[in-house]
Amino acid sequence: MIDPLFLQAILGGCGIALVAAPLGSVMVWRRLAYFGDTLSHSALLGIALSLVTGLFLTAAVFLTAVVVALTLNGLRRMEQVSSDALLGLLSHASLAIGLVVIALIPSARVDLFAFLFGDILSIDQTDLWIIGVGGAAVFAILAVIWRSLLLATLDRALAEAEGVRPGLVEAIYTVLLALVIATAIKLVGALLITALLIIPAVTARSLARTPERMVFLAMLFGIAAVIVGLSASYLIDIPSGPSIVVAAFIGFSVVFFYQLLLRRD
Amino acid sequence: MEPGVLVELSHAGRRENGQWLVRDVSLSIERGEIVTLIGPNGSGKSTTVKLALGIHRATSGSVQRARGLKVGYVPQSLAIDRSLPMTVWRLIRTSGEKNEDAIKEALAAAGIAHLGHADVHSLSGGEFQRALIARAIARAPDLLVLDEPVQGVDFSGEIALYELIASLRDRIGCAILLVSHDLHVVMAKTDRVLCLNGHVCCEGEPQSVSVSPEYRALFGPRGAETLAIYEHHHDHDHGLDGGVERLVHRPDGVGAHAHD
Repeated sequence: MIDPLFLQAILGGCGIALVAAPLGSVMVWRRLAYFGDTLSHSALLGIALSLVTGLFLTAAVFLTAVVVALTLNGLRRMEQVSSDALLGLLSHASLAIGLVVIALIPSARVDLFAFLFGDILSIDQTDLWIIGVGGAAVFAILAVIWRSLLLATLDRALAEAEGVRPGLVEAIYTVLLALVIATAIKLVGALLITALLIIPAVTARSLARTPERMVFLAMLFGIAAVIVGLSASYLIDIPSGPSIVVAAFIGFSVVFFYQLLLRRD
Repeated sequence: MEPGVLVELSHAGRRENGQWLVRDVSLSIERGEIVTLIGPNGSGKSTTVKLALGIHRATSGSVQRARGLKVGYVPQSLAIDRSLPMTVWRLIRTSGEKNEDAIKEALAAAGIAHLGHADVHSLSGGEFQRALIARAIARAPDLLVLDEPVQGVDFSGEIALYELIASLRDRIGCAILLVSHDLHVVMAKTDRVLCLNGHVCCEGEPQSVSVSPEYRALFGPRGAETLAIYEHHHDHDHGLDGGVERLVHRPDGVGAHAHD
């Protein structure tokens, strides 16, 4: 008899892998990996916010990520600091502030480890609903802005010349990213969310000839990583985040060496 | 704006961080016209194009575009990140044109009918520029804007590309705004040349600009000497790599261009 809690986690994880694929692919194309890292580290600040105010966890994490993203966009206009250094600053500052606040709350008996690396047993039915409804919303919005987003990724001036507002589609993308980070934090943990976004997309790259094909393959790799990773997490009792990321990395390695062999022939 | 005018700049200028990138540019482009902008680096050519397209707002003067104007734009130095998988066909579809026949026709017009399913990362410089041109004309634009379209293309490919661009006016009936980075190749088919150096320093037909004192002052006597105006005789063919099998050109007594 399969544990219903385990099935719940698998279902939620697959939903997250599906929405992570297009957002992760765009992250790879636009070189936003470090940006994604910063947003997911800020999730810990969101957890602290939730513990202090009693705000619903997913909502608190989502709001914090959006605020950090907007701050980042504002600070980018500062010219003395490179945006790379700025990301490093905000990424670690938000992580550290989150850790400090959580440590200072005496009443909260928080399993910090679960927030950092994910916990398979933390997914409940509410989360499944959030993933389902949130995921559908993300897909609907992506479908509307996809061509504009792709055009802005190719070339901002080209997009503008054809009537697309790159700043707007980029802002929408950032909000969608914050939403996915907020829903994925329980399963994968703040430190490893970017890996779930990026590794399946990178794995898909060498096998794809069009952007959409890459997204589709990233979905398959993501789902496979979630199923394999969560099964291992459940069977041998390891944290679910690292387990999923290791599975994704094994998938990447297999494809990588397979391609290497093909090229040698 | 008068009927037939697609874009009109009047005394338009753009100021950023307290510095004028370009100022007092007056320019109008009519249906079916080919206008070329030339000028040294930093003279405001790209800024002028961006003003005309509405990418930048004019800080002074005004810019007007015909209502419902369809623009095909080939930006300067577009580099597609290698992490983004893209075929030529898919690239053209980012223009919003979904009709297969229209895409095939654009590919043929750009001279790359055989490259529809090629990976854009495997194209040569000339082929890639042609793919961008095919993308720009797939939407049947009223105005085709090319910002330094021959960058990264070898010399023979350059001439072939200029020939292609000139042929597009007749084939699609669009007006063309061309920015030329190299001063010594100005098409004879250009109706008007604007020479920019922060402002319009001279304008007119290619022949008259090349002998104008302002042009000579800007580029020096040597620059003026190397200005070659190509007369295009359509009695030769181009290889698919842009190579010319039999090219006839007349430097028109303005001196020979450098074969480098």
